[in-house]
Parts: sequence; C-alpha cells; structure tokens
Amino acid sequence: MASKGIKDRVAIVGMGCTPFGEHWDKGPEDLLIEAAREAYASANVDPEQVDAYWLGTMASGFSGLMLSEALKIPYKPVTRLENMCATGSEALRNAAYAVASGAYDLVMAIGVEKLKDSGFSGLAMANPPHDGTISSMTAPATFSLLAPAYSKKYNVPEDTLKQVLARIAWKNHKNGARNPKAQFRKEVSMDTICNAPPVAGMLGIFDCSGVSDGAAAAILCRAEDAHKYTDKPIFIKALAFAAGPAEGYFSQNYDFTTFPEVVRSAEDAYRQAGVTNPREEISMAEVHDCFTPTELVLMEDMGFSPRGQAWRDVLDGRFDGDGPQPVNPDGGLKSFGHPIGASGLRMMYEMWLQLRGEAGPRQIANPKLGLTHNLGGAPGRCVSFVSIVGL
Amino acid sequence: MAGIVRYGSYIPYFRLQRQAIGAGRGERAVASYDEDAASLAVEAGRDALRGGLSVDTLIFATTSPPYAEKLNAATVQAALDLPESVAAFELSATTRAGASAVALGLDLAQAGQRVLVCASDVSVGAPGGIREAQGGDAGVAFVLGPDSEAIARLVGKAARTVEILDVWRIPEERFPRSWEERFAAETLGPAVVDTTKQALAAAGVQPQSLSHVVLDGVNPRTLAQLPRALGIEPGKVADALTQSIGRCGCAHAGLVLASVLDRAQPGDRILVVSEADGVDALVFEVTERIRSAPKPRPVQRWIDSKRNDLAYPTYLKWRGILPFEPPRRPDPERPAAPVMRRHERWKMAFVGSRCQRCQTGHLPPQRVCVHCGAVDDMREERFADTSCRVTTYTLDYLAYSLQPPVVVAVADYEGGGRFSCELTDVDPKQVKIGDQLEMTFRRLYTAQGVHNYFWKARPMR
Repeated sequence: MASKGIKDRVAIVGMGCTPFGEHWDKGPEDLLIEAAREAYASANVDPEQVDAYWLGTMASGFSGLMLSEALKIPYKPVTRLENMCATGSEALRNAAYAVASGAYDLVMAIGVEKLKDSGFSGLAMANPPHDGTISSMTAPATFSLLAPAYSKKYNVPEDTLKQVLARIAWKNHKNGARNPKAQFRKEVSMDTICNAPPVAGMLGIFDCSGVSDGAAAAILCRAEDAHKYTDKPIFIKALAFAAGPAEGYFSQNYDFTTFPEVVRSAEDAYRQAGVTNPREEISMAEVHDCFTPTELVLMEDMGFSPRGQAWRDVLDGRFDGDGPQPVNPDGGLKSFGHPIGASGLRMMYEMWLQLRGEAGPRQIANPKLGLTHNLGGAPGRCVSFVSIVGL
Repeated sequence: MAGIVRYGSYIPYFRLQRQAIGAGRGERAVASYDEDAASLAVEAGRDALRGGLSVDTLIFATTSPPYAEKLNAATVQAALDLPESVAAFELSATTRAGASAVALGLDLAQAGQRVLVCASDVSVGAPGGIREAQGGDAGVAFVLGPDSEAIARLVGKAARTVEILDVWRIPEERFPRSWEERFAAETLGPAVVDTTKQALAAAGVQPQSLSHVVLDGVNPRTLAQLPRALGIEPGKVADALTQSIGRCGCAHAGLVLASVLDRAQPGDRILVVSEADGVDALVFEVTERIRSAPKPRPVQRWIDSKRNDLAYPTYLKWRGILPFEPPRRPDPERPAAPVMRRHERWKMAFVGSRCQRCQTGHLPPQRVCVHCGAVDDMREERFADTSCRVTTYTLDYLAYSLQPPVVVAVADYEGGGRFSCELTDVDPKQVKIGDQLEMTFRRLYTAQGVHNYFWKARPMR
C-alpha cells in the first residue's frame, strides 16, 4: 500500500494569508509576521501555545531561523523545507504528520516567498554548480510543450486549443476579480488574452501566472481537539505526494499530455479519502495553474474529465466559478501570482474559507470536499501534491 | 610516402550579403552566435572521421583561438571523442597555419602515424574594412596517413618563412592591421614562385601537367603572378570560393582543396599554395582509392545550405562588436570545472548510456535504469551521430539568448533515447512535430571567461 493516510485525524483550526502582490515595502519577514498573526488570531491562540513550526520557502531565506528570528519564537522546533513549487503544501503535509504522530498538540505550517526583489521578470532560480549542459528553458517554455502535444494527440486544432487555454485564463481572472487578496483583480477579455505578446510556444502573457510576493499559514491540531480552537474546523481527508523518476525526460513513451506524478498522487489521495468518482464527489479544487495548459491537463490527470475531453469541459464552463465543479474559485496562480513557498497554503486558505462559508461573492453553494493540487518541476520531471479536505 | 586519407569540411549556415555592408557583390559565411573556431573545427573533424577512424595525433590550426591560454585542441579532441592518448597540438598566429598543419601532419604520417588536422577560423575584421567584407568563417579537416590508405598522396612539398610586416595583430587588439598590399606582393611574390617551383621539382611534376591549382593567401596579390610565371592555364586554378563564402582564414586553403577533392579523379595532380608570413607549397597525386573511400559532405552542399538574410547589426552583435541590451534575466552561470570533468564524455562527446538489460537509452547517462531499475548495468553510447525527431517543441521568448527566441525540441533518437535539445540554425516558424534533426557541437555561451560548449540539434543540412 502506497500510503495509509491520516483521514479525519488532523484538523486545520486557523489560517492566515497576506494579500499577494508586489510588496515593494515589505520583506519576507514582514509577510511571515502578517500571515502568522492572522493565523494565531483565527485559531484564537497565543503564539506560546504553538509547539512546532514548518516553514516553506524555496529561496527567500534559509533555515528555521528565518521564521524564529522574524517572529521571535523562543527555542521551539522550526523546520525549513523546500520542494520546488509544491513547497507550501509540503510544509502543511509535514506539519500534519507531526500532529498525527502525537509528538505535538498544536503546530503551524507557514510558507513565504519574496520574488519581486530579484529585478527579473519570471522566476530566477539559482542552480547548484553544474556542467553547463542543463536546459536553459524557462518555466513557461517547459509547460508550453504540453500544447502542441495535446493538440496533436487529441486532434484539437491549434486555434481551438488557443481558445481553450484563453478560456482557462479568462475564468481564473474572473474569479480573482472577486477576491480582495488576489494580485490581479480585474476581469480580462478573451480578446486581450488571445492577442497578448508571446512568452513561449502558444503561450502569451495571460497564459502565465503572475510573479508576486506573499505568505500564508495554517494552524493544525489533532481532530479531537479541533473544537477547542474554532467552531468550524476543517478536516484533512488525504495528503498525497509523488516525486517522479523523470521518466518523461528519458523515455519515448511519455507523450507530454499528462503528468504521471499527478495521476499517482491523485489516485493515492482518492484512496485515502475514499473518493471513487472525483468528477462527482469533489465539490471544488484549487489546482496548480502555473500556465494554462497545465490546468487543462490536470483536469484529466485528476479524473475531473475523461482523457482527451477536458478541453470540451473547459469550453462548456464546467470549471467556472458558477459551474458544476469550480476550479480555482479564488483566482488561482493566474490571479495571485506564485510566491513559491506560499502558494500551496494559499490554495488551502480558499478551502478554509469556502468550507466555512466565508468566501463572500465567490462562495460555492454547499461544498463537501475540496481538493488542492500543487506541482513543482516541469512536464516529464516533477513533484506533485494532492490534498483533500472537508468538514 | 604519405597522403590524405580522408577529409571533411564545415561551413556555417549564415551568410552576410556584402551589399548589406556596402562592400560589393557576393556573400561571406558567418559563424552563428553559438559557434567559434573550436566548434567549427569539431564539425569538420566529425565529417572527416565519420564511420570511425583512429588517429594518433591531432593538430588544430586557427588564428581565432577561443582561449588564449588553455589547449583549444583538447576541446576539439574531446568533442570528437578521441582518446586522451592522442597527442594534441595547436598552431596559431598566421592564416598559413592551416596549410602548415597539413604539411607537418604529412611528416608525422611519413613517420608512421595517422594524424587528424583541423583548421578553422572565425575571421573578424573592423567594421567597414576589407577583412570584414572579404573574410569568412569555416572549418576543414584532413586525416593524414600512410600511402597505402591515401586518396591523394603527397608527391612533393616546400616551405619558406619570411619575416615581414604584412598582416598583424597584437593580442590586446581585436582587429588585424595590414601594410600597403603592394609591398608584400612585390617582396613575397617572387618567394612564392620560387617555393612552388621547388615543390614541383621535388615532386617531379611539370606545372603544365597539374589538374588543379589551389591558391590561397592572406594577401592575394602575392599570388597574382604565380600562374603566369609557372605557365599554368588560368582554367586550372580552382575557384577560391570568395564570392560565396569569403576567405576563411586557416581553413581556407584546405577548404578549396576539399572542394577540388570532391570532384578529383585518380591520377589528378593538385598543387596547393598557401601564403602568409612565407609560403607552404604541397603537390598531391590523386589515387584510385578516391573512388572507394567514404565520401564526406561536398563543400558545395555546405555552400548551398544557407540562410543569407542576416542583418548587419545582428552580425555585429554576434561578434560582440555592437553592445546590446541584455534580456532581463539572470546572466548565464559559469559551469563548474569538477562537474564538467566528471561529465566530460556527456558534455563534450554527447555520450549517453543504454541499459544492457532492457535497452532503454539514457541522455545524459544514468547509473539506474529509468525503465527497469537495473543498477550500474549500462554501456556507453554516443548519440552525436544519431539522428532524431521532434516529439514536441517550443519557442522560448524569455530565455537568455543572443538570438531569441530559443527553440527547444524534445528529440527522440533513432534506436531509443530522448533529450530536450536546444535547436540552432533553424527558422522558428518552420519547426514542427516529426522534423528530422542532427546534432551539432556548439558554444552555448561564455560566462566569467569560461566558454560553455555542448551539443544542440539542427534541421538536417
């Protein structure tokens, strides 16, 4: 058995999330303080009550000191971790297991990234010393590889596919326009999206997630203690993670229309949560829409759409904010940008609001199960996280 | 006795129209932004060694060495996948070095060795000057060996060295300078004639019986009187290729010789005269073996395979003459010496691995098979000469490059194996799934004084 899971054993009892955007006037420590304070308040706890911390950041700082120094946490365990773009989710997963183990009563998972100080557009990631043969492809380029492959395999003409991808961006921007914490809060017309300057392959600027700063935090405890802290806790049904062997980089069998890592982690999560028909049972999802083709392929990898059919579901509005299975109701990476360490927890923050009925104009009627999906790497070589949460 | 066993050539894809710089008719060959003398030499060397041929010695000749200190010949050797036991030497400082390297290689062949000579140049001149307009970029390679293997045997040679200020450049300067051309023409001209006569006499060949005459000089005026002085019919003088590619420095005499060998018949006698700071004269006789020996790509095929709409500012940018605003991306990182050394077979020779248990190909080489999990059960496999096809691709407008967009293809190799390759010498608008590609050795970028060499793919030429 791949993983036994911790269904209904751990609860989220408080969350915080900063507005995402270009915080020229704030450092990572400011963002951490804001997210943590909002989370403490939301769970009605004093900082002294929290026993241990998991801090996710890809490159905005090093070690647990980044958090303990900013928050002046006195002599408690702080783990700093990194798992590429799934870093924020990874902080949550490890914190949840620590609680489930009984080692701690109350813990915090917190993620932060400060991308706007680099001076570059897009992600600027430092490599370990290398031999000079590593790919120079930027992130949008690696994900744009999905588009021609999908178009060819499922016989979707490129101009139709361009409309499908634009429809995904249009939807996520529409959702983001209703979210006070999003970086971009304006609807964008299909025309503007389709005619934007090119970035990579079929992708224009609006097919790419923004670049922003932000932080988000969650406070977790064992399920039986949840009501000590809040009347409306949410419960973890599944936490799944898969790191691939990079098969797609080597094997000609991989065809760039799927993420095997996502398929595996989704299957694992559904098994843990007892979900057998994700298309019907998952009320809503926050997925890793780093680039529009990613979201398209994810719909199939997670079983929301049959193979080769997601493009039709997208055009039919199935995943719209008011559709039968809303995807990225908060606006997604498209509207929030993608401060690496924070994004996974920002996704969970939307689940927290939606399941508690606090999502305001974006509120989904009567959600039962929410899914978050976080992906790091590139098609053929990635890590994938899937969680399922509910009441 | 010794002779030429094999040969190969390489002319880059791009041409600059002389009209675009107000310099008359014709075009010059231009090394792409990702090429230098070492990579040009490698491409020519691959052509000469195709099919596998062992050599004892490598001689690399260029006046545009990528490194002033550090053996560029070692780069060529590694990229050609020659064993480290091959002795490598480098000749420089004069465009005659290409012909001199052949002469020297023939001496070593005479002594029983098989020698690979690679000669190449990226000829850069000051904007508006003659070198810029009349120069060209190319590589050529010869395998020299015993008479028994020769397609063209050396029958006579002579050389002369002359201390003269004709064309020169100090290390601190980028562009060569030259004295009034008539000075060398009148001073060196007679020496060229004398030396050539000496070589023909050593060969026992009458000038009238020559089938082809290759004349190349840093100062073409020094050669002007030679045909008449020796009684050579003008029709025997081979096309110097200057209208189609320009004079390609150290490579040029060899390149014209290669174009002659492409059409030579057994029994043909070929005179090669190369002038700069003196002269080298070589006389060859083509053997029957030229009919059966593996044929390299003809020089004319390289000449015809081109893109000749290169804009002058782009040319200046590629040569580093014209400053330009870099993309707003981090500068490329210098590769690390220990990692390059550990991965040398991969980086330089494009050697991957294949699982001995399940035959899955791996680029870069892996210790654990991605398909069956076998550990340390791989054999090395060189993919440099394996053709591949585009499985999917993208144009990256954001990545750092001197020629955006960066074109990247997921390439699937014949016989199994996959690699995400940067494409070069490609029209971004023309790429499509299923295109056939071949590998080419390139200089990806230079960072902190380190040239980063690796392989790219290009449409078949």
